Amino acid sequence: MSTQERLRDDAKEAAELITSIADTVDRGSGNLKWRHFKGTILSVIGWASIIFGLGVLAILIIDVINRATGIFTGGQNWLTWDFFNNFDSRFAQRAGAKAAIVGTLYTISLTILFAFPLGVAAAIYLEEYANDNWFTRLVEINISNLAAVPSIIYGLLGLQVFARWLMLDRSIITGALTLALLVVPIIIVASRESIRAVPLSLRQASYALGATRWQTTWYVVLPQAIGGILTGSILAVSRAIGEAAPLITIGALTFVPFLPRNLFDIFTVLPIQIFNWTSRPQDDFRALAAAGIVVLLAILLTINALAIYLRIRYQKRY
Amino acid sequence: MTVHDLEQNNPNALEARNMSVYYGSFRAVKNVNLAIEKNRITALIGPSGCGKSTVLRSFNRMNDLVPSARVEGEVLFHGENIYAPGVDPVNVRRRIGMVFQKPNPFPKSIYENVAYGPRVNGWRLSKREMDELVERSLRGAALWDEVKDKLNQNGLSLSGGQQQRLCIARALAIEPEVILMDEPCSALDPISTLKIEELMFELRRNYTIVIVTHNMQQASRASDYTAFFLMDSDRAGQLIEYGPTAQIFQNPKDERTEQYISGRFG
Repeated sequence: MSTQERLRDDAKEAAELITSIADTVDRGSGNLKWRHFKGTILSVIGWASIIFGLGVLAILIIDVINRATGIFTGGQNWLTWDFFNNFDSRFAQRAGAKAAIVGTLYTISLTILFAFPLGVAAAIYLEEYANDNWFTRLVEINISNLAAVPSIIYGLLGLQVFARWLMLDRSIITGALTLALLVVPIIIVASRESIRAVPLSLRQASYALGATRWQTTWYVVLPQAIGGILTGSILAVSRAIGEAAPLITIGALTFVPFLPRNLFDIFTVLPIQIFNWTSRPQDDFRALAAAGIVVLLAILLTINALAIYLRIRYQKRY
Repeated sequence: MTVHDLEQNNPNALEARNMSVYYGSFRAVKNVNLAIEKNRITALIGPSGCGKSTVLRSFNRMNDLVPSARVEGEVLFHGENIYAPGVDPVNVRRRIGMVFQKPNPFPKSIYENVAYGPRVNGWRLSKREMDELVERSLRGAALWDEVKDKLNQNGLSLSGGQQQRLCIARALAIEPEVILMDEPCSALDPISTLKIEELMFELRRNYTIVIVTHNMQQASRASDYTAFFLMDSDRAGQLIEYGPTAQIFQNPKDERTEQYISGRFG
């Protein structure tokens, strides 16, 4: 083979190589338009879902505010000082939600007091202390199941255990304990998630410095997890605020024309009050119910804002 | 001769005697006999999975944190077996510190990172004493000049190499006798690595250092003694050869050591 031929062969080989590389590149980005198009479709679907969700919420809120205050279509404004300062009445013009608002605040404060330490402690035990054996796994499965139990079942449990056996009757304490039962599983699940998200390397660092398990949990794990724990707990409590069913079951009253004198007194809460007003025949009571809903939403939003504030505060505290 | 004199004369900071480590029924390390000399740097080398990290973690009972882990044999520290019944692992870890592969400062301020150890160990220090201890520890880790004006900044705001030196400072603050380092430079760039190696030479005066490393150059240039581990046919790691670093690298007795350090496997 002459030098020329060899050179020609080399050139041919090089050309083939380049072509094959070019082919590969083309194959690698084939269907690019279609792939981009699929991405576009997905983002449109996502966008539409958000609009739908927010739209429904917006309509709900606007409608409720309009019925409560008549701000858009005219009509009586029910969200007045009297609404906050009057007790319930047979006459819509004189009826207010004072007992229900105060009852809700009492009940929910007590619920937090019972459920938060219990739930967080249980989560800490399960994540940091418990050995992985059949008993732990049984507990874990049942906690997840408890989080899914319908709330009225907790009402029945509370009625028997707290109202009857412990003879707490239909008191605020019975209501708070029942709601605590309802939210504890959710708090446990949420707290475990955020405790588990704390990197193992931080725990190891702490142990390697001669910290005990409790010190590691208290000084390293909890400060890292507290944001998630608070968020989960507040969301759980938000759920409890809106619950009427379990409290009706334990016998919380619908008509309470006085403030509770102590924690063993009978009570009502906003959801029950709203439920009661919506079932009355007069239109005015439905407007009152709307006003009650606005107040309930305001309390919920305040608590959620508190959750966000606490989360940001604890995240920055190092 | 009193016990104290014996202690003074004992050249070894740590000594593993016939130590085997199990994870469940799997034996990860078998029959290791290894004496770590005081105020020296001992490197543990070997291919992945040969049990060198397991051996290191057995020296301060960090393996206790793995639920299924179990150690047989003895690890002597001041002549006492740290695995004897009644020995509190918390106390062992206080005296035998550890630096990990990935820098893992707490998401707290630089100051609080260093003060954490003394605090959890219940040292009652005045503000001034704690300030001094923090400064001394950071100086010891060659980090003071870089952070003295920002002690209240989050430890995570430092660079990777600085974070690792912060972790070393944190370990120094509780005044351990031995510092175990588990591939402390594997996540760092060459310049940071060099700084850590220089630091190790400084620390050697006051501390005993055991370092696990994948980096053979690091072992050869930065250690006094080298222990070579290898996985046996039953997948249990074992100590193949142990001696002065120069000897291991220039004149190994075992053929497998020679093959490994010359890069023929691993």
